Amino acid sequence: MSVLVYTENWDGKFKKLSFELVSYAKQIADRSGTTVTALSIGAVDEAELKKLGNYGADKVLSATDERLNVLINKAYASVIAEAAENEGAQVIIFANNFTGKALSPRVSVKLKAGIASGVNAVPSSYDPFTVSKKVFTGKAFANVVIKSDKKILTLFQNSVEIAETGGDAAVEVFSPALNDADFATKVLDVNKITGKVLLSDADVVVSGGRGMKNADNWAPLEELAAELGAALACSRPVSDEGWRPHEEHVGQTGKIIAPNLYFAMGISGAIQHLGGVSSSKCIVAVNTDKDAPIFESADYGIVGDVQKVLPELITAIREMKAS
Amino acid sequence: MKILVCISNVPDTTTKIRFTDNNTAFDATGVQWIINPWDELALTRALELKEASGEAIEKITVINVGPQTTEPTIRKALAIGADDAVRIDAVPEDAYAVASNLSSYLKDNPYDIILCGIDSSDYNGSLVGGMLAEFLDLPSVSSVSKLDIDGGDIKLNREIDGGSEVLSTVVPFVAIVQKGIAFEPRIPSMRGIMMARKKPLNVVPSGGEAALTEFVSYDLPPAKSACKMVDAENVKELVDLLHNEAKAI
Ligand SMILES: Cc1cc2nc3c(=O)[nH]c(=O)nc-3n(C[C@H](O)[C@H](O)[C@H](O)COP(=O)(O)OP(=O)(O)OC[C@H]3O[C@@H](n4cnc5c(N)ncnc54)[C@H](O)[C@@H]3O)c2cc1C
Ligand SMILES: Cc1cc2nc3c(=O)[nH]c(=O)nc-3n(C[C@H](O)[C@H](O)[C@H](O)COP(=O)(O)OP(=O)(O)OC[C@H]3O[C@@H](n4cnc5c(N)ncnc54)[C@H](O)[C@@H]3O)c2cc1C
Repeated sequence: MSVLVYTENWDGKFKKLSFELVSYAKQIADRSGTTVTALSIGAVDEAELKKLGNYGADKVLSATDERLNVLINKAYASVIAEAAENEGAQVIIFANNFTGKALSPRVSVKLKAGIASGVNAVPSSYDPFTVSKKVFTGKAFANVVIKSDKKILTLFQNSVEIAETGGDAAVEVFSPALNDADFATKVLDVNKITGKVLLSDADVVVSGGRGMKNADNWAPLEELAAELGAALACSRPVSDEGWRPHEEHVGQTGKIIAPNLYFAMGISGAIQHLGGVSSSKCIVAVNTDKDAPIFESADYGIVGDVQKVLPELITAIREMKAS
Repeated sequence: MKILVCISNVPDTTTKIRFTDNNTAFDATGVQWIINPWDELALTRALELKEASGEAIEKITVINVGPQTTEPTIRKALAIGADDAVRIDAVPEDAYAVASNLSSYLKDNPYDIILCGIDSSDYNGSLVGGMLAEFLDLPSVSSVSKLDIDGGDIKLNREIDGGSEVLSTVVPFVAIVQKGIAFEPRIPSMRGIMMARKKPLNVVPSGGEAALTEFVSYDLPPAKSACKMVDAENVKELVDLLHNEAKAI
């Protein structure tokens, strides 16, 4: 028996999300009296793999066949299912990100393991195995019972605490059986976003809506983001207008995020927008309209013109940092 | 070539979500049902591909696993332009049961390109497309933001965490689509609505495996405490609150 956690890497490195996943796996393993095995696919060096031990991984399996250097859903799912069988995994954990959404459903069918996707807490009961997940795009939570013996959970980023255990993980080479037929899909080209904080990684997000008026007005938002080490986001009309790139669009039909702090600047707070940001721990809204719905979801608000508030906000943050 | 678009029947995105029976069931009273927004875009892209293909794409079918009450949504997909429709007559209890039902139908009725949305806006599983591909032992390309057919070659863009990729794959395959796949969803024309009444909607019996999960109860998010308003003339106070009270910066 064990809990298996798939820890994806980014250019050979793990990040906060990876450690959240291992910490989450560790909590479930402790409750079930079992151990945590992390599975890494692709080229990651030993020192990086060892880091997972510090968050509760007892063992790290590392599969490094060259053909696995890019994500091919069918092949990766076979590798993960094989690892799960070898480890006798009862619970398998993925991130609820693009990769987790690509792989977890395939593994579910291979292992006949029921899946609760987008969970944000540890199970509320282990018998029956019950866990809470978001439904209706953040408008409600459902308590899901997984009835099968094997279970899969995909975890929302930034929803559990990272806990360092000071533990040490044994790193083992894992050489899964690879089937040529699983590689019919080919990756022809990769374009990585460089030089900015990714929305999916950010603790603080600075977001602009139609109230910003035009693309040129984004400079102070960028300045605020730089000051806070924040990522930039926007409402749908803003990306539809081409003021900002599509990958910054948040909401029901964009990215769903849960940062510690979300700045909604000139955003009205439409229900479809809130679906993507309502899990933020703290929301700040600046809007000229005191009746804008965003204030119902915000923790702190200013009724005012973003163009006037933004420079003052940047100055005040600089002063706060300097003091 | 034939394209299948899987459609989920979901409450309108502005629906106020309520539950009944002691919070164990979704309250459908007064709910307006729509085609899941992603599936509407998938259908739009399928129609664009068909129109551009000359005769190469013969048919676009929409399919739904659901009870009879989903038929108005299926008819809407026909009005937008799908050629025919299939409803698998089952109450869709979870993503596994839905995908299993779809796969058992598709084993006898194969399609070259199968399109699913990345997420159904009701239960937010992000599961059916990947599960269906695995049941059928087909390649799946997920988070697809662009799909082109060039001659017989399939080219896709997919978004990854931190960038995007260009991929090729071979038919038959499952594409799980998201933002970018089509710009605006098509809306039914008057003629489309008239024609939809005569298009075939085949009802087939359920033939899939049972669900592996059960949604036993629901909770609404805790009520949010009132927003603390800060005077626009005193932006410094906001920074103090964020620093000292919220401990967010
Ligand atoms: C199926 C569906 C899916 C959708 N998905 C999404 C989604 O994923 N994400 C999303 O964002 N939207 C989505 N929408 C669109 C959504 O309904 C809203 O139209 C959109 O969120 C509005 O964007 P906005 O707040 O930027 O613009 P608006 O609603 O136009 O709001 C602009 C705000 O700026 C304020 N303002 C104006 N000038 C200033 C100023 N100088 N200073 C400060 N404030 C100012 C105004 O008071 C107003 O509140 C979706 C809609 C549908 C139907
Ligand atoms: C009365 C009723 C009660 C329901 N109760 C539950 C419940 O308690 N728990 C539950 O999980 N589900 C329930 N459903 C089913 C739900 O609507 C979904 O069909 C199913 O759960 C898959 O949801 P998902 O969020 O995992 O889909 P996702 O995996 O997020 O959907 C992704 C894509 O898969 C395709 N797809 C999804 N559902 C269908 C479908 N039914 N037919 C064809 N294609 C589809 C679409 O392309 C969609 O864009 C119920 C449905 C009805 C009508």
